[in-house]
Amino acid sequence: MNNALKIELGRRYRFSASHRLHSLHLSEEENCRVFGKCNNPHGHGHNYVLEVSLSGNVDPATGMIANLADLDVFVGRQVLEEFDHKSLNEDVAAFRDRVPTTENLCIEIYQRLKSFPKAKLERIRVQETGNNSFEYAGEDLEGDHR
Amino acid sequence: MVLLTRKIEFAASHVYNNPNLSAEENRRIFGKCNNPHGHGHNYTLEVTVEGEPDPVTGMVLDLKELKEILEREVMQRMDHRHLNYEVAELAGQIPTCENVARVIWQLLEPKITQGRLHRVRLYESPDLFADCYRNGANAAGKS
Repeated sequence: MNNALKIELGRRYRFSASHRLHSLHLSEEENCRVFGKCNNPHGHGHNYVLEVSLSGNVDPATGMIANLADLDVFVGRQVLEEFDHKSLNEDVAAFRDRVPTTENLCIEIYQRLKSFPKAKLERIRVQETGNNSFEYAGEDLEGDHR
Repeated sequence: MVLLTRKIEFAASHVYNNPNLSAEENRRIFGKCNNPHGHGHNYTLEVTVEGEPDPVTGMVLDLKELKEILEREVMQRMDHRHLNYEVAELAGQIPTCENVARVIWQLLEPKITQGRLHRVRLYESPDLFADCYRNGANAAGKS
């Protein structure tokens, strides 16, 4: 029975950060046209919600896929400490030459979390506002169910 | 295929303690979830059923029937109960979100005869949840 079922653990975290959508490959006019008010020169911010999904065996001794305390420490160190109350453009090296859209933010966070040692990272989802969210599950989707 | 999701809420108490571990180990692993007299949560359960809408009724399954199944299998068993002591299906298991979600799947799966159970998502709090689904299905359960 257990082999037929898959269990995932989902955990949500919150961080607030600012960003400005601006591409070095576009002219001022093009940036303004493509990104609209998200291109305003001094940036703006969001309260982001990060949802992390893990899979793995449920340890019979603990009933857990992974201990939340371990996950919280890992996500704190890998993501929250470096992103919360920061400017994504100025403070996160990955966004020096990449536009900090939430699509790219998803990819960056996935890269930072995929080495979690206690369980398999299935996917992450980032909600930028209550009305838009983005998901990323890595690139090895061949044979996956998506 | 269409996915249909119904949400219910129930309140229950639990405690995490493995009798095969020492008191110190239990404390280290489970932290405050090991407090001896337990604690409780407002659980939110999302049950997703997959299927094709019936050409006559337009329904994957009758929501009223799903509501009755959830009332009988989940609410009567778990609402305002202590999950460790009052839910036989959880006997001998630590009632984590993962294990409770799996037990709910096992209770519901044989009862849903119109359509097919697609996913069980159990929230212990707004920031912590477990998903249970058939291996190989789409966990995201877009609905």
